[in-house]
Amino acid sequence: METTTLNTLAIGQKATIVTVGGEGILRRRFLDMGLTPKTKVMVRKRAPLGDPIEIFLRGYELTLRLDDAKKITVVPEDEP
Amino acid sequence: MKLTFALVGNQNCGKSTLFNYLTGSNQHVGNFPGVTVQKKEGTLLMDKDITVVDLPGIYSLSPYTSEEIVTRDLLLRNSPDIIVNVLDATNIERSLYLSLQLIELNTPMIIALNMMDELQASGGSIDIKTLEKKLTIPVVPITANSGAGVEELVRRAKETAENHRLPERLDFCSGPAHVAIHSIAHLIEPKVRQKGLPLRFSATKLIEGDDLLSKELELTENEKDIIGHLTTELETALDTDKEAALADMRYTYIEELCSQTVHKPDESLAQQRSVKMDRYLTSKYFAIPIFLLTMFTVFWLTFDVIGAALSDWLETGITAVTEAADAGLTAAGVSAPIHSLIIDGVFTGVGSVLSFLPTIVTLFFFLSLLEDTGYMARIAFVMDMLLRKIGLSGSSFVPMLIGFGCSVPAIMATRTLASERDRKITIILTPFMSCSAKLPVYGVFIAAFFAENRAQVMMFLYLTGICIAILSGLLLKAFVFNGQPVPFVMELPAYRLPTARNIGLHMWSKAKDFLYRAFTIIFLASIVIWLLQSFDTRFYMVDNPAESMLAQIGSFIAPLFAPLGFGDWRAATALITGITAKEVVISTLSVLTGSGDELAGSALHSIYSPLTALSFLTFTLLYPPCVAALAAIRREMNSALATLAIMAYEICVAWLAAFAVYHIGMLLGFN
Repeated sequence: METTTLNTLAIGQKATIVTVGGEGILRRRFLDMGLTPKTKVMVRKRAPLGDPIEIFLRGYELTLRLDDAKKITVVPEDEP
Repeated sequence: MKLTFALVGNQNCGKSTLFNYLTGSNQHVGNFPGVTVQKKEGTLLMDKDITVVDLPGIYSLSPYTSEEIVTRDLLLRNSPDIIVNVLDATNIERSLYLSLQLIELNTPMIIALNMMDELQASGGSIDIKTLEKKLTIPVVPITANSGAGVEELVRRAKETAENHRLPERLDFCSGPAHVAIHSIAHLIEPKVRQKGLPLRFSATKLIEGDDLLSKELELTENEKDIIGHLTTELETALDTDKEAALADMRYTYIEELCSQTVHKPDESLAQQRSVKMDRYLTSKYFAIPIFLLTMFTVFWLTFDVIGAALSDWLETGITAVTEAADAGLTAAGVSAPIHSLIIDGVFTGVGSVLSFLPTIVTLFFFLSLLEDTGYMARIAFVMDMLLRKIGLSGSSFVPMLIGFGCSVPAIMATRTLASERDRKITIILTPFMSCSAKLPVYGVFIAAFFAENRAQVMMFLYLTGICIAILSGLLLKAFVFNGQPVPFVMELPAYRLPTARNIGLHMWSKAKDFLYRAFTIIFLASIVIWLLQSFDTRFYMVDNPAESMLAQIGSFIAPLFAPLGFGDWRAATALITGITAKEVVISTLSVLTGSGDELAGSALHSIYSPLTALSFLTFTLLYPPCVAALAAIRREMNSALATLAIMAYEICVAWLAAFAVYHIGMLLGFN
């Protein structure tokens, strides 16, 4: 399956994280919040103004901005 | 035996609920030195010998945010007798990530597994025995809301602390990470021992590239090279970088641990409920209307219904007390200056500020309701787009909005913002929101000069405030806070019912805070203003207000306002007294123009033209807020210098904006 970035996933789409980019405090924050390679995530929704997004991972809900989500590459799961 | 417990945990894990349960109202809220990070301390209700420190909610011990740094410093330097690590059982995987770092500190530690009732209600279970055995520290399931399990937690924490029982196992690593950590630990051991730092913690943090620690250990170039080399080896072996390698190591261990001990559905009942509620509360079409309606209701109830009624009662009470004191002083034949000091200075000054108290308490009732239910995080999610351009996140939206009601609670509300930078910027911008105390000033001037254009002038003032806030935000982002902001990567906690204890304590702590300031800074400021108003330069009491020191100062600085179109000493004097409270601008003008209680339009016409009136209103809108708000700024910024700098900035902005209004107006042919 081809890789893409987290910001491009459709609502409800599930994926597995491949690499976590960004630098400094942003990257640290990603890793600390559990966005590590091999983690499964699901895009829950977009905010009413289109940005940020809400994702579900490790049993909790996390929100992040599209610009930051761009720095995380994922492999989308096959549509069921 | 005196003991100190340090409460450490993620945001939203129920740490504050546990703290409130443990200490009740025996708590003291302060700041860590030099930063705006809040520090809460208290003594245990059930055992006065135990002090509890509630540390900020954090996710990691990496030294990036000021919250993480102060927590780390406190744990390393003040070494509490035990770390009480609070975990959200429904969110155990991510919570354990911090636990693994805390264990490395090699301090007695206990885990309080909170929200166990919720986990069990959702059909989940946690094998506590196995978890304790694997982590080699005590684990106690609790429900902080009801207090279930808390007694057991305190008993075992006390026992562990008294026996100074350390975690037996610090080693959660495997493979290449194991090799790197142990080699580095071996290398730095002498230096670490000398500094009295935990060895294992130091080794992993050095791999993660922790500059603070590297400096503190005074590593030689040679040692840094070896660490660099070992780290590169680790990176090559795992085909990743050092930070990801260690995060991955921790999470891999946690996943394995959870697979053996935790049985829980993907989503707890509360989470499923939250997802359903969010179908409306954060939906594309309903989210913003629901938010606006919520805030409107809060404002209406606070400023028009509950707060206003309570304020009226309090004001009646204050007036009655003042009259009684007045009569008493007259009966006792106290000298005129002292009589005036007590009644006109202290009672009037502090009294006028005290009548804010009910509004503030009511507002904080609603704010803690929004915060504790989890709705505040949704507001941040929904409104984030709007504040991003000025370098803030959606979390600042509510404090700023409250600024339209009153700057004092708005500034106090910044305490809940997660990053220090956001707190500071929000505090600086909030006073530009036109607060309700400025309305009487607008009202009188609009009636006198702009009866035909009421709405336009109001709109102009509100929009000017907002535009100036946006411009200031951009300036601050570009020149003052130009470092990397704390990213907006935020947890959306499940919706939960708030507890009466949490809300009550929150309101009480804000009320205490405000009362303390009313009787210190505001008390002093009232006396100073009274002194200036009542005496002339030779310290004789004046009958004619035009002869007072205040009027002299007003005349002295009046020329500064000439370029703004209102170089009249009465206008300048009114602006000075306006610092006590904005509506005082009007009463001062009426006294100085001799119009008695009602400020007549004709009196204003002798000082202002319509254009200079607009310029004066612009200045009033933007110049430093009242003394209560300044005291709040001083408290939240935790720095007198920063407060003075903010005042200076606001004076400059107000002057420039009023100058622009006056001169653009003249160019357009108004006068």
